Parts: sequence; C-alpha cells; structure tokens
Amino acid sequence: MKNRINYLFEKKNKEILSIFFTAGFPTLNDTVTIAIALEKAGADIIEIGIPFSDPVADGPVIQESNKIALDNGMTVKLLLQQAKEIRRHVQIPILLMGYLNPVYQYGVERFCRDASDSGVDGLILPDLPLDEFEKDFKKPFEENNIASVFLISPTTSEDRIKKIDKLSTGFIYAVSSSSTTGAKKEFSPEQETYFKKLQGLKLKNRFLIGFGISNQQTFIKACTYASGGIVGSAFISLLKSAKDLDTEVVNFVKTIK
Amino acid sequence: MKYTVDKRGYYGNFGGAYIPEMLYPNVEELRSKYEQIIESDDFQREFMHLLKNYVGRPTPLFLAKRLSEKHNATIYLKREDLCHTGAHKINNTIGQILLAKKLGKQKIIAETGAGQHGVATATVCALMGMECVVYMGQLDMERQRPNVERMAILGAKVVPATSGKMTLKDATNEAMRHWINHPVDTHYIIGSVVGPHPYPDMVAKFQSVISDEIKKQLTEETGNPFPDYVIACVGGGSNAAGAFYHFLNHEHVKLIGVEAAGKGVDTNESAATTVLGKIGILHGSKSLLMQTGDGQVIEPYSISAGLDYPGIGPMHAHLFETGRVTFLNATDEEAMQAGVELSRLEGIIPAIESAHAVAALSKLELNQEDVVVINLSGRGDKDMDTYIKWGKYKSEIF
Repeated sequence: MKNRINYLFEKKNKEILSIFFTAGFPTLNDTVTIAIALEKAGADIIEIGIPFSDPVADGPVIQESNKIALDNGMTVKLLLQQAKEIRRHVQIPILLMGYLNPVYQYGVERFCRDASDSGVDGLILPDLPLDEFEKDFKKPFEENNIASVFLISPTTSEDRIKKIDKLSTGFIYAVSSSSTTGAKKEFSPEQETYFKKLQGLKLKNRFLIGFGISNQQTFIKACTYASGGIVGSAFISLLKSAKDLDTEVVNFVKTIK
Repeated sequence: MKYTVDKRGYYGNFGGAYIPEMLYPNVEELRSKYEQIIESDDFQREFMHLLKNYVGRPTPLFLAKRLSEKHNATIYLKREDLCHTGAHKINNTIGQILLAKKLGKQKIIAETGAGQHGVATATVCALMGMECVVYMGQLDMERQRPNVERMAILGAKVVPATSGKMTLKDATNEAMRHWINHPVDTHYIIGSVVGPHPYPDMVAKFQSVISDEIKKQLTEETGNPFPDYVIACVGGGSNAAGAFYHFLNHEHVKLIGVEAAGKGVDTNESAATTVLGKIGILHGSKSLLMQTGDGQVIEPYSISAGLDYPGIGPMHAHLFETGRVTFLNATDEEAMQAGVELSRLEGIIPAIESAHAVAALSKLELNQEDVVVINLSGRGDKDMDTYIKWGKYKSEIF
C-alpha cells in the first residue's frame, strides 16, 4: 500500500497544512478528539508529539505540554493505541514526532511495527543522527512502510541537505530559523533567502516549513516557498485555553488556511 | 581493550552525537577542528602556561599520613581542591575558552550543578573578556548560594533553570536550548565528560593533566608511577576521567568510581547511575541513564549538587560495562561523615562531591602496602551551608 504521505503529495503540491500537537494534552484522551477535529477542519497532515521529560529543542509552550501530558500519564504504548483509534476515523497522514529515547526504549523495530499497525505513516526523530538512522532504523522504517522525515535548518550545508534529501522518504522538515520551537511574528529577509535557496536546490522531496508559523500571514509566506507549513506551538497554546476543543480546533484551522 | 573514543565518536556501545539538526553545524565544527587545535604547539603552550601560572598547577600530591593509618594503606590526596576557584573544573574551562577563541566565538554559555563549573567558566570569561551566561537549577542556586554570588562578582549572568527538579539536568537542558538559539557566535562550555561527541573526549583530554601529574609525582615519591588504586567521585565524571586517563591502559591499576547513592540505592532518592540506569539517550549522547521503562528520565537525588545527575559520561558507561572501572557508591550520610573524617585527620574540608570518593576507603579491602590515590576534586568552602545544616560534626560520633 502506498504511504499516505506520498499519496498526499502526489495529489497536492501546495498549501499543505500540517498541525503538530502533543499526545495526552491538555487531558489524556484529547489526542483522539483533536486529531478528528483537525481532519474535519481541513488540515492535511497530523503530527503527534511523543512526550518526553527533557525536550531540549522545544520552547516553553511545547515544554509545558510535554510535562502536562506526562503528568496525565501519557505513555508510548497508550499513544500507539490512540493512534489506532484515530486511524479508525481519520484518512489523512499521521506522523509521530519525538525525542529518540522513548522510541529507543520501546525498541526500534517493535516501535516501527506497532506504529505501522496503528496506521502511522511517518516518524520524525530530530535527535536521531543520520548515520544511526542508516545503521539501525532505515530497514525497519522501510519494512513497515514508515516514511522518514528529517529536519534541516538555515545553517545546514548544501551537501548535508542533499544527503538528508536522499534519506528522506516523506518530506523535508525545513526549520525556519536556528531556534527552539515557538511562535515568532514574521520571517526575516535572511530566512526568505534561505527558503529561496531551498527552492532552487531541486530536491527529490517536497519541503514543509516549520518553527515560527503561527498565523495566516506566516503560513501564506511559507507556502510561497514551500509545499506548505507546520504549525505547532500556536496550536498548542490554543488547546491549553480551549473550552470546546472540537469547535475551537476547527476555528483555529480556518484562521490559518 | 580500547578505552578512548573511536572515529565515530563512540566508546564501545556508548557515545555518539544525538543532537537536533539546529546544533549539527556547531558540533560538527568542533568535531572537525578540536584535535588539530588542541594538539598544536601554540595551543599547548598557552594552555600549559595558564594551568601553571593561573590555575596553580601542578597541584600537590599529598601523603595523608593519618588517613593512611586509619585505613591501613598508603593514601595520597591529589589536591585538585587547591586549583584556582577551588576545584578541577577550571582545567577544562581554560582549555575550552582557548578553543572557543581559536574558533572565533564571542560568547560563552555553561551549565552548572554545584556552581563550581559555573564559577570556573565565569572566571575564564573574565580573564579573556568574553560574555558569559551560566544556567543553574533554581534548587542548586539555593543550596550553593556563595557560588551564585561569585559568578555575579565575576560578571557572569546566572539564569535559573526552573523546569523539572531544578537541578543540573534542567540547567543542561536550558543551556542546550540557548545554544540552539545562538548557534553562530556562541560556544557552549560543557562542564563534564557528557554531551555529544567530541565533548566527552575533549573534556577528558583537558582533565587528563590530573593523571599525568599523578604519574610524575608518584614516581618522585615512590619510584613507581603506578598506584594500586585511583579513587574518584563520578557525577558526569570529569574529575574521574582526568584521574583515570593515563592509567586506563595499565590494567593493574585498580580504578574506582564512586557515585552518589543519595539516601540509598534502594530508595527513590539516588543518583547512582550504574546501579539504577540502563542504556539511553540524553543531552546528546548514548550512555547509561536513570529512566522509566517508558524512556522518561528519572529525577536523581544527591545531597551533593555536583553529583545530582541522572547519567554518566559515555566513557564511564563503557568503563563500567567492560569492568575496567569498579563503581561503588556512597550515601549522603557516608559522604558527610567521610568529609568530617578527612577534615579532622588531615585538616582538609573537602567538597561534598569529593567526600564521596573518600567514603569509598572503608568499602575497599586495603593492605598496608597498597598505594591509593584519591582525587580530591574540590574544596568544601561552597558546601558550608550543607555541612552546617547536616550538623553532626558537633556530635559524639567523631
């Protein structure tokens, strides 16, 4: 069966909206509700964060959501069960994103197999080195039809971007600035130069821009250079204060698209 | 058996550089240049000059006669507590700031637990006229107040880490986040043999001056460069790495690492990673890590802020796995008592971290002929509040 991410990109090339949120936040079982609402609202991709005790690449908003999720009792096993439940209702691609250690403890092969069984299409592990991926992860990813998505940042060299392009099978996650996650108001001219450079590289994979995309303005800007954008912290801030998840998730997506 | 780092940045099964892409260029720049820079004559000359004239090296190797008598062995103390700023930490910060300058960096960040590494970093930043930000857990700021003020006097900005248990692990998280946000002009001076490759190797090399001196000094003292035992405490493991370094390939030298058992390894309040940890990934490397079955890092505990860390450096994980180093542990109580014992027998009040190493003496079966070197990594001045709060030095047990 074709991976849903690849299928999506075959049909749609622009204005792809991917939304990230942390599993088990704001309450333990909201993961499923949020995912279903996101599809209904018109999101193209769902990225679900695997909570971790020490999220070093994240800013305050996602840090807090990780802590709350863990305090709620979120586990990898439960997340995979929730993903399975989500897949019963949702057709769009689902990726899991998180720090390597929880996946490593679960067992890489077992994780890939169970994630695939739960209807997960891709995995983003930002602290997984490329050589380790090639050595121990590539095979179970391929065997379980799990797409690999890697990050690039404005300081990533062209040679390395090409290497990352070669190893990526879903899309490339282009981090908009050298920073931890979190909303910023707008892109600087330097960032736009970097996006243009990426556009010019003629990569095999499409790229989506993430980090600092918080509203329609930044999303549209991202879409002028990339196939779309990823919203994380801004969405999580909304979830934290939401009274009616279903309605507010739909309204949030409308304000972006 | 090879105990040093391999080309891929691993010590056996441990090590590597598990970092998000935003940090890759920084770490890669370091990796590709550090050996060439620190092995150059120019660098070595400046490094050795500062170690001698600024840090006060070589530090003495002192025959502790009354302690020897008590424990029925020949015990030497390697007096790292006499280094400028009060601990071995400055050996590494001198090395790294010289390296940072060669790399053209303008700003320095660091994490600190007990505050010793923070002070050592603030000190070299003042010396070199560089901007300095130190992250420190809020709990540690409270229990090591004098060091917080020392850093402020030296002109460093101390930023409290308020996540988790607000100790060393959390300070390290914040420092890494800072580095991600300032990748071009900033060098991160990691204080222990932890972090992504090449940090563990780089820090071990800068600290290896300790064992280099021990060999020379022991030869002068006894005619033999090799002791029977070298004992050092292990939090992340930088002073132990330095004290063990030149003995690693001399298998007849027994190397003893002493971890903090906190209130006991069978309580939930401990930092004895080799007992309680399993292989995992944190702060850029694969090593032994205290964690739940679900891969969440467990908050450690020790009375000593410098040992209050849920992992150990990858080099130590490898030394543990291969059995090259024997790991023991000492509880808060054992360490405090050993600290007072050393004070009473030798007139030296040790840092509580170093007191853990002293506490190992009564856990070893020593003979009179055994030559034992304890790496006395730091002095106890910073720990006065903890000693006072504990208070038992006033009691009958001594």
